[in-house]
This record gives sequence, structure tokens and C-alpha cells, in this order.
Amino acid sequence: MTDLLYGEIESDLRGGVRDLLAGKAPWTGVLAGVEKDDPFDADLWHALAGRFGAAGLAVPEELGGAGASWREAAVVAEEIGRAVAPVPFLTSAVMATAALLAAGESDLVGDLAEGERIAVLAVPFGTPPGEPPARVRVAGGALTGEVPGVADGLAADVLLVPAADGLYAVDAADAGRAPVTSLDMTRRLADTAFDGAPARRVADGPGAVRAGLLTGAALLASEQLGIAEGCLDATVAHVKTRYQFGRPIGSYQALKHRLADLWTAITQARAVARHAAACAAAGDPDLEIAVAVAQAHCSAVAVKAAEECVQMHGGIGFTWEHSAHLYLKRAKSAAIALGTPDRHRAALAALVDLPPA
Amino acid sequence: MSTAPPDADELSRRVAAFLAEHDPAATDRLKFLRARFDAGLAWVHYPRGLGGCDAPRALQRDVDRLFAKAGAPTNRPERNGIGLGMAAPTLLAAGTDEQRARFLRPLWTGEDIWCQLFSEPGAGSDLAALGTRAVRDGDRWIVNGQKVWTSMAHEARWGLLVTRTDPDVPKHRGMTYFVLDMTAPGVEVRPLRQLTGEAEFNEVFLTDVEIPDAHRLGEVGDGWRVSTHTLMNERVSIGGAAVPRESGMIGVVAGLWRDRPELRTPGLHGELMRLWVEVEAARLAGERLRQSLAAGRPGPEGSGTKLAFAKLNQEVSGLELEMLGTDGLRYDDWTMRRPSEVDFTRRSPGYRYLRAKGNSIEGGTSEILRGIIAERVLGLPGEIRVDKDVPWKDLPK
Ligand SMILES: Cc1cc2nc3c(=O)[nH]c(=O)nc-3n(C[C@H](O)[C@H](O)[C@H](O)COP(=O)(O)OP(=O)(O)OC[C@H]3O[C@@H](n4cnc5c(N)ncnc54)[C@H](O)[C@@H]3O)c2cc1C
Repeated sequence: MTDLLYGEIESDLRGGVRDLLAGKAPWTGVLAGVEKDDPFDADLWHALAGRFGAAGLAVPEELGGAGASWREAAVVAEEIGRAVAPVPFLTSAVMATAALLAAGESDLVGDLAEGERIAVLAVPFGTPPGEPPARVRVAGGALTGEVPGVADGLAADVLLVPAADGLYAVDAADAGRAPVTSLDMTRRLADTAFDGAPARRVADGPGAVRAGLLTGAALLASEQLGIAEGCLDATVAHVKTRYQFGRPIGSYQALKHRLADLWTAITQARAVARHAAACAAAGDPDLEIAVAVAQAHCSAVAVKAAEECVQMHGGIGFTWEHSAHLYLKRAKSAAIALGTPDRHRAALAALVDLPPA
Repeated sequence: MSTAPPDADELSRRVAAFLAEHDPAATDRLKFLRARFDAGLAWVHYPRGLGGCDAPRALQRDVDRLFAKAGAPTNRPERNGIGLGMAAPTLLAAGTDEQRARFLRPLWTGEDIWCQLFSEPGAGSDLAALGTRAVRDGDRWIVNGQKVWTSMAHEARWGLLVTRTDPDVPKHRGMTYFVLDMTAPGVEVRPLRQLTGEAEFNEVFLTDVEIPDAHRLGEVGDGWRVSTHTLMNERVSIGGAAVPRESGMIGVVAGLWRDRPELRTPGLHGELMRLWVEVEAARLAGERLRQSLAAGRPGPEGSGTKLAFAKLNQEVSGLELEMLGTDGLRYDDWTMRRPSEVDFTRRSPGYRYLRAKGNSIEGGTSEILRGIIAERVLGLPGEIRVDKDVPWKDLPK
């Protein structure tokens, strides 16, 4: 059985990252950011990468990383979720990095680890791990085709594009990128297009893309855990201080019991997300099952937490000026990202021999 | 001999040495179990002299595995859940040295079955409302009253009994906790038939029952505090057993799905996968709880375990019945019997469905558990109370 707890180093890392996020990315700042043109918070990203090596936690030291593992990276993902921080952590430091590590690439991966460059997998964000699509044709070392809905596509310096015979790196300047008005403006999508774009092959076959998607899905569960925890904390704080009918609304069972259920679901999400991260870190044979369970479960918990957060705040929870909608949008987008819960349950059914009707 | 608690290697050496001296195949069952207790290899996290050796609780699984591999007899824990899960930790926490020395050994070996005499007709969720009276008479107490829903009282040698000793103070303060001899004159156990057909639980009538003061657990008037030991352990023991993936009811349903393709429909498949994931999430949460207990960092997560377990048992057993269609309508046995254990797996699906309904009532209802999580874990305000400062005797009943 994997270790489902947090170690001392992980707790220290969490504390540091949380302080940094609180200082540099309070939700009011995140809210202001969603109406700006900048696709992500570059200043915050450099601070995270510089101070905690957050962009290269799972990258070996000899490749320029911090030489830790996906377990530590998962703790950072939790904190980023808790702060709904607009940084390309999941896309560059997890998905692209995992793909490059699986491919044995040793050049670009170092730049990513140091936070000097940002790369993203050019796949529609809803792509589940089992179905990496090849939407792009290769001819004479150049790519042609379109990939819509790429997460952090505008933040990227390099696009990692799956094709039929492997994974290609394309300089972002050589690709067409159109911003998408996204449901979640803290992790924006871009429609990308390649018209004979010069490309370098970084991996043969589908293995690297698959590793990127699978590791991404594993760590997305930790981000979802963080989102859910952030929502629960905010909601509990609110219901303790908001009075109606002469009592704090948190003294009404109709709310208390739902919050107790939410807390219970979050304790499960924590165990599930930790298991998935530990499996990713160790290359555990249980990884695929762990990821399918984690995505099916944590997606639903994060969405539930965000929906309860809106509801229990009443009118203020429905306003633009409150943080609840940032969480709701991030939670719902994250649930669809890298495969909906239903797709993960379908994948799981095959993995545990429970075939459909 | 060193006084440091043994580690895993030292424990396996001790088990091997014990087995070398007590051949499981050639030793009488009870003799073997008593010797295992005396060797400190029963519940290893218990103190020396009381069946343990102060070892980390996490090592118990390894020790049990070694004994099982050697073909050693077990203490049949499924027959004494209340004894092992609740009475023992309560005795450990609140008992005197004499009480522990007297009760723990036959409890662990399974010679003495225990029951829990808490609930009354007028006191269920509100346990502190109970009215069974105990009146002191020198160095003994005279008890009168009625308990209800007492599981396995018909098998029990001893009962955990909470009584009212002072009706003039607010209810939480006037209670006293005893160990009751179930064979004492004036103890009458009558079966209560359940919706499943048989009677696991009973009514227990207490008429002028004498209890020696030596069988009091904790101070006079301290019964509420002692009961909380029992109740905390009840919730952990119900929800906290170590389980491999796809065990219990979900394993039954998954097996049915694999073996009977003709039962499959798309809707049932969706439901099955949804529940499979939820059960696995609950299992991992239980595993995480065990790891944090083993690391000496107990968290509040245990409160959620029983809540989740009750809901999932009910949903999974309901799915099993639906999956079976007409076959699910065959019940195995409505005969009024008095079983000696609860066995979910060897009974029919209908029994599982019905018995699971009790999971959200026994050991604290799901509503009460949600209240506990909301108030103790999340720190939400308590209910408005009308009963707190009123003497017990003046409460509306
Ligand atoms: C199978 C089984 C085995 C049992 N074994 C034992 C045993 O061995 N020993 C023993 O002492 N007892 C035993 N019990 C009794 C059990 O502990 C009680 O039934 C339980 O505590 C509920 O009490 P009650 O039945 O009086 O219901 P009530 O307390 O009357 O509850 C009725 C309903 O009201 C709800 N409710 C009550 N108070 C509140 C509140 N404050 N807020 C919201 N909702 C509330 C409850 O959740 C429930 O839904 C057993 C019960 C069952 C079903």
C-alpha cells in the first residue's frame, strides 16, 4: 500500500507555497486578473519556480530539476487549487514535463524545470488519458492541422503536438493561437493551428503523450482536493458569522449536515488523491486504476464543494465580487479536463473487469 | 530484558518462539488462546500483563498474519464485537487494575461475550436522558429499569451498563457506569424480532438487580465521560477494519456482474461503477486513517468512516437486489432465531438489503454523526438546547 500521509518536507513545502500564494495571489488579485489580457500570472509563476523549484519538482537534479517526486508536486497542486492560482503548473510542470521525461528528452525539460520556458501538450483539455488524439499531419518535418481548446496555449513558449508517429515540439511563434473566452479564466484555453509549422520530434509512438495525460490526471486530483478544501473553509467561515433569524446560519442542521457530508467526501478525496500521486511518483502498477478512481471521485467532490459554497453564501455567492465563482468555474472545468468522471468510470470498468452491458 | 517496545522483527521472533512452545495443532484451543494472551501477543498495543507488550498498534496485523499462517485458532472476533471493540478499550481507559486483570483475559479469548446496555425506550440518540435507576446500598447498588436494542444480550456474560444515580442534577452529570453480570438474579433478556426476521437484539429488564460497587467503572456521577470512551470506539470499530480492494458487499455485486452477463443493463453499469468508485474512496480513506493512527497522528477522519460505510452498504445492497430482478425477491429465511453473530456475506441479498438499514441507526444515527462532525470537527455552533441546565427529573419525557 502506498503512503497516504504527508511527510515533514511536504508539509514545509505546503507552508511556503501557501504563504507565497497568499502574498502574491490573493483572490482579489486573481479576480482582477481574469479581466486582463495576460493569459497567466508570470510574476507569480517565476516566484513559485524560483523559490520552491515548483516547476521542476519531479525532474531529476541532473536535468535541472529539484529531484523530488510527483508526491511533492501534488502538494503544490493542492495549494494552487486552494488559491485558484493562474499559473501553468498542471500544464507545463506536470503534463508537458511528464511527457518529456517519459520520452527521455533532456534539453527542453531543464528549461521547463527552471521556469524559464513554458510548454504545454497540444491536446483539447478534455482529452482523457486513454485516448490521445493525433489531429495533426506530419510532412517533411512540418506539422499541419488544428487543435482546439489547448489549456494554457497562450502561456506556452513551446507546444508539444501529438501526431501519428510521435510527439513534436513546435515553437509557439510558428503556430496560430487564438484566445478562447474560457469558462475558467484562471486557466485559459487557446485554439491552435499549424500550417506547415517546423517541428522537432521529441518522442516516438504514443507513450510520452499518454504519460503526460496520465500524470496530469493524477495530479489534477490534488488540485481538485485543494479547490474543495478552499471552498469548505470559506463556507464554514461564512456560516459561522452570518446571522439570520437571530442565529448564525451555521447552527441550522440543513446546512450543518450538508457541510458534514462535504467534509467526509473531502477526507476521502484526500486519500484518493494521495494514492494517485504516490502511484505516479513510484511508477506503481496501480497507477491507471488509481487515476481513474481519483478523477471520478475528486472531480465530483470539487464541483460539489464549489456549488455548496455558492449556495450557502446566498446572494453574495452569486456576485462577480465574491470568490465563489472563481472556484465554481475552476472546479467545473477541472472536472471536464482530462476526461469527465463518466469517461474515467468507463476506463475503470475495463481495468477492473466490469464490462459494460 | 529490555523495556523498549518491541519492533516488527522482535515481535515476529516472539511469535515464532511462542509457536515453537505451543503447537497449534496439538494444543487445546482455549489453552492456546490463554497462553497467547499471557505471552503479550493478543492485542500487542495493550500494556504488558494485559495481553499486550506496548508495541505499535500497526504491528497487530503482522502478528495476526503470523498466527494465521501457523494455523493457530482465532478468538472468533466476529462473535464478540462489542467486547473487543468497545468493552476492552473502556476497561483499559476507565477500569481499575483489578477490573482489568479480571475481565480482559476471558474477554479476549472469547470465553466471555459482552453486550452494551445503553439505549432505553426513552433514550436513544439522547443517551444522556436515560432513566434506569441505580441506588447505592452500602458496597452494592440496586438497579431497576429497562434497556432496549441490546445486541447479543442473549449470548453475553457481561454488560456495559449506564444508569441514573442522581436525578436531581442536569442529565449529563447524574450518570454512573457499571459492568453488569448478565447471569445475576433480576436480569431478564427477551428477544426483539427485527425486520430481517431474526433477533440479534433484545429488551433487557432489570428488577432489583444487585451490582457490587467493585463493578463500577469510573467515579459515581462520571458515567457520561466513561460512555464517551465506549462510543468513540464503537464508531471506529464499526467503520475501521482493514479491507482489501473490492471486499465486502461491493465484491459480491462485482462478482455477480462478472458471472451473470444476462443481468447487465447500461443503467446498472453506471450505478455499479459510481458505487465501486465511492467504495474504493471510502476504503482508501480508511487506510489513510489507519496509517495516521499508526504514525501516532490520529485525526478526526474516523467520524466520517461510519457515516460513509452506512450509506454505501445501503446503496450497494439495494443495487444488488435490483440487479437480480425476480431472483432478488427470494428471501432466505424469515424464521425467528437468535443468532450469535451478524454475517452479511452468507445470507441472501434481501437480508443484506434489509440488515444494512440498521447501519445508519446502530452506533449513533447518521444524523447524529453529521451533527458531531459539524460541531466537533468543523466547529459550527451547537444546537439550541432546552435540556442543558434542567435537572433530569424535570425534563419532558
Ligand atoms: C441493529 C441495531 C443494533 C443496536 N444495538 C444496540 C446495542 O447493542 N446497545 C445499545 O445500547 N443500543 C443499540 N442499538 C440502539 C441504537 O443505538 C439506537 O437505536 C440509536 O441510538 C437511535 O436511537 P432511537 O432508536 O431511540 O432513535 P431516536 O433517537 O428516537 O431517533 C429517531 C430519528 O430521529 C433522528 N434524531 C434524533 N435526534 C436528532 C437530532 N438531535 N437531530 C437530528 N435528528 C435527530 C435520528 O437520527 C433518527 O432518524 C441498536 C440499534 C440497532 C438498529
